[in-house]
Amino acid sequence: MENKNHAAEHHIIPLKTYLSVGAILFFLTAVTVWVAQINLGGWNAVVAVSIAVVKASFVALIYMHLKYDNKIYSVIFLTALVFLAIFIALTMFDTVNRGHIYETTNKPINKNARIYDNPVIPDSLAVKADSLSENNREDN
Amino acid sequence: MSDNHSIDHPKHLAHHFHDSEQQSESAKMGMWIFLLTEILLFGGLFVAYTIYRVWNPDMFINAHKQLDVFMGSLNTIVLITSSITIALAIRSIQLENRKNSIRLLIATLLLAGVFLVVKYFEYSHKFHLGQLPGEYYTFTGIEGTNPHIFFSVYFLMTGLHGIHVIAGIGVISWVLRKTIKGQLSSSYYTPMELSGLYWHLVDIIWIFLFPLLYLIG
Repeated sequence: MENKNHAAEHHIIPLKTYLSVGAILFFLTAVTVWVAQINLGGWNAVVAVSIAVVKASFVALIYMHLKYDNKIYSVIFLTALVFLAIFIALTMFDTVNRGHIYETTNKPINKNARIYDNPVIPDSLAVKADSLSENNREDN
Repeated sequence: MSDNHSIDHPKHLAHHFHDSEQQSESAKMGMWIFLLTEILLFGGLFVAYTIYRVWNPDMFINAHKQLDVFMGSLNTIVLITSSITIALAIRSIQLENRKNSIRLLIATLLLAGVFLVVKYFEYSHKFHLGQLPGEYYTFTGIEGTNPHIFFSVYFLMTGLHGIHVIAGIGVISWVLRKTIKGQLSSSYYTPMELSGLYWHLVDIIWIFLFPLLYLIG
């Protein structure tokens, strides 16, 4: 254990590894911008987040040395991600399902919002806001 | 053991650590725990983003078209490049090549500056159009209910990230000063390694912000 850590501490990653990971990151950035131009409906978000996860994993594993270092750092990092996932999932159970319990409609928040009392466009905007909340009511 | 300690006692080694390795491992663990809290800090904003996007899917798609994908992509490339330069700066100090390390740290600082300049142009354009958060929103060109929510989320997320970039510039400048003064070497480069971890995390957060804000389908 002691020896293994010692070896990891002085592990110098080859220049080639750093540069090829950089090339992969640039390539994936181009891919994610390109894929966003294609309409995949709900899958666009899935693809975009998946590519981001792959990019972030390369940065964490190679540039942040998680692949080479003591595994305790990976455990700490993954702990943060697990709790973030719990945070998002449990919140979604509530916010996504409110429509099943009581009627919800999408109303303009117009308290103090200058957009809704701008004298130049109040009517057109009010109409849009109304028709939109009407649509949402039908969806639900 | 205690003899050993008193005989070769490097300048950077605090007396309560057994050896340099234990000291650097402890420092690194502390840094990772800090990064954990950073993930949870941004986590709150990612949750807010998810809630509002699920509630207003069409408005988010209409509003995101106001963001400049070119500027966002440019900043993504700038930040990834700066991650490479700081990773190589650490590699250079490991190889005892101090000059190269200094050059790469300066490159990292310049790239961080470029990121902020691009962000400044994006922000000032939005300020000009009135695409501001909450009650300051006056722009009228987006269809959908409550488009100012998108800009509240946009400014909070990119703003907190921007503050982290500014903090990163401060930390890397401090490391650069230490390196120039010759206080870091292949036997002790913990400050540079830890600021590298911080900078990579700032990069990772941007890797998620970019598609979520600029590239909504």
